[in-house]
Amino acid sequence: MAYNPIILSITTFIFGLAGAMYIFSWVFHREGAGRWATGVTLFAAVGNLIGILMRWYESYQLGSGYGHAPLSNIYESLVFFAFTISVIYLVVERRYQNRIIGAFAIPLAFFALAYASFGTSSKISPLIPALKSNWLIAHVMTCFVGYAAFALAFGVSIMYLLKRGNDESAATGVIGRLPAAAFLDELTHQLIMFGFLFLTAGIITGAVWANSAWGRYWGWDPKETWSLITWFIYATLLHARLMRGWSGKRIAILSLVGFSAVMFTYFGVNLLPGLHSYGAMGQ
Amino acid sequence: MMNDKTKVTANYLDSLWKFFASVKLTVVVLLSLAVLSIIGTLIPQNQSPADYFKAFGPFLFQVLATLDIFDMYHSWWFQFLMILLVVNIIICSVERLRLTGKIIFTKTPKFNLNNYRQQKQRREFTVTGSAGSVVEAYRRYLSKSFRYCRVLEQGQGFAITAEKGRWTRIGVYGVHLSVVILLVGGLIGSLYGFEGFVNIPEGQSIDTIQLRNTGLEYRLPFSIRCDDFDVQFYASGAPKEFRSKLTILEDGKAGIQKEIIVNDPLRYKGINIFQSSYGKTNLDPHMAGAPEDIELSFRSTVSGMIYNRKAVLGQPVQIPEGMGKLVVERYEPDGQFRGMSIGPALLGTLTPAEGSPVPIVLAMNFPKFDMMRKGDVVISVDQSTAAPKTAYYTGLQITNDPGVWVVYVGFAMMIVGCMVTFFMSHQQLMVEIQPKGTRTAVLVAGKANKNKIGFQHKVNRLSEKLSMNDGRLS
Ligand code: HEM
Repeated sequence: MAYNPIILSITTFIFGLAGAMYIFSWVFHREGAGRWATGVTLFAAVGNLIGILMRWYESYQLGSGYGHAPLSNIYESLVFFAFTISVIYLVVERRYQNRIIGAFAIPLAFFALAYASFGTSSKISPLIPALKSNWLIAHVMTCFVGYAAFALAFGVSIMYLLKRGNDESAATGVIGRLPAAAFLDELTHQLIMFGFLFLTAGIITGAVWANSAWGRYWGWDPKETWSLITWFIYATLLHARLMRGWSGKRIAILSLVGFSAVMFTYFGVNLLPGLHSYGAMGQ
Repeated sequence: MMNDKTKVTANYLDSLWKFFASVKLTVVVLLSLAVLSIIGTLIPQNQSPADYFKAFGPFLFQVLATLDIFDMYHSWWFQFLMILLVVNIIICSVERLRLTGKIIFTKTPKFNLNNYRQQKQRREFTVTGSAGSVVEAYRRYLSKSFRYCRVLEQGQGFAITAEKGRWTRIGVYGVHLSVVILLVGGLIGSLYGFEGFVNIPEGQSIDTIQLRNTGLEYRLPFSIRCDDFDVQFYASGAPKEFRSKLTILEDGKAGIQKEIIVNDPLRYKGINIFQSSYGKTNLDPHMAGAPEDIELSFRSTVSGMIYNRKAVLGQPVQIPEGMGKLVVERYEPDGQFRGMSIGPALLGTLTPAEGSPVPIVLAMNFPKFDMMRKGDVVISVDQSTAAPKTAYYTGLQITNDPGVWVVYVGFAMMIVGCMVTFFMSHQQLMVEIQPKGTRTAVLVAGKANKNKIGFQHKVNRLSEKLSMNDGRLS
């Protein structure tokens, strides 16, 4: 009997509650609810971490060959993704003392974990030989920290577009309470730099892993190529900021495009012809 | 004096230079790379022409083939974009170093004090104590966290200029250079390296492999022999581990040996040999290796009892009831007995408790074969051993890439460069101290080239600290 999927599905609901509280606090301007939401998010993040550690422990209980760090399949990576989103969000909240961002960030952690819990299999399966590598752990961790930062940048860019889409001076109420556009723009940039560093590290650790498993660091397979496409998009964004006439709005749109590429790298690549099939290479 | 013609050429060159130095070009090239890369993920690459022909029909096939779409990441136009990127990076870096090199590589940084005095976010407060004592206390405090710290006299008072992190401005050049290094490393690999594969049945050796891109044969400077291959499965049927025992043969002599598994290759003379796949060969029994677990049964003709024992080649097995010991010495895929072919057989020696050793022939396909010897014990090979053993071939990926270390240097440089560029900044601070009546007026202002909001927070905290205890900082 494995307990980790139970802990993690309960955590899903806690994230859902926290997200709802952040949204409530923002829409109805109740700061008290926002403070509670922070506590609930912290609680969910701890639950998420316990779920991950529990899964790690339980994999070793299943017998020889099963034990591994829980970063090897879509369920495990989504769980880690949700955890990272919540941690990065909490750091941002603490640093900038703003809880409205939570209304755009925590729902993403909720969706990630909900999809993991209810859309994918939580069965622990043993690792096939190609996945037995410490580079794999480094690769998945760095990629998902990067993806989580991009997810938050996505949320903040939506806030930016809401804020700028309305005439800023006239905007009051729900839109008016959003942080200043300049702040949101700067925060997007910070998050994207952070994400870009980790995506770069993720692509590099993936390349080093491929080189240690198959003797080639780059093979243009669709998954690799899509992570590079994502990287090109965010590199474009970092440079577009330097160009005159590229206002925050276009940058925010590029951030949405970049995050769609992240999602496609993650989920969409499996729909493409010619799958990334480890172990079957070389035939 | 320039004549008109050289002027036109100079202008022309100048605008060409500007074009290649522009960030606009960067954005266009990076976006084009992103969008065009998608094509190769929609159309599987490097399949056989026949498959493409079938999928696209003659006309579209011709068009796509002309555009190199079937191997697009090596096409002239994709490589052209990468060259454009490299040229853009180099010219842009040269241009910026020309303009900002003086800022980066200077011993005495310039501070335009009036800029700081007029800054919108500047902090101002007054403290007691003379300007002279305050400036000394501040200088000591600031020099703890700023490497460069100078006091300038300004009329009746002083200005402290301080800065750190000037070198971090180089970080972005490191990132850009790393892109060039990566591409150079990739080029070295594609010019001087190779990537191929080979399948070796157990017990055999090869010295030619098939190259992956061209399908041509390639001769290695040595031979590889697969001594043994072994695969283990999980209960689910998925492979758990597969390993090959390989020997390198040079000039017919056996050299180094290694058991390789996925993720742990054999590297020899710059050539990497990776375990990548395996398969079953439908071999004739000649090719099959010796059985790994030999299950023997011993039937005593005296008591009628049957004993099952495991045997290993070359090691003695004690036979119960004190009937001596048996050593299985050899496996013969095509055994002969008195000129008759008996199929796969084990050959050994039985040493009875008393008497001299006798040779033993165990025909694996004929369990009663040993009865013919009419000894005290009838030995037969269990059917689980005798069952035809599956013979495997090991699938090896064989590569050589002299550019890989260049690429790794590029990787390291890119990570370090990004960390420096993103999270460190060149920070400058100006603190002006002027006597004001009986008190001393202080102005604090700073600027950073990155993360301006974060640095302003830092300046605010710093000025709070400086205003505490009336400037005595204790
Ligand atoms: C794949 C290629 C490239 C990568 C990965 C790359 C990466 C970067 C990164 C990470 C930054 C820092 C951005 C920031 O601080 O927000 C940057 C800045 C910059 N890049 Fe690139 N870059 C590339 C190509 C180019 C090219 C071709 C040019 C040529 C014009 C260029 C010009 C610049 C400039 C002018 C800056 C601003 C430097 C500064 O803030 O002082 N980059 N680049």
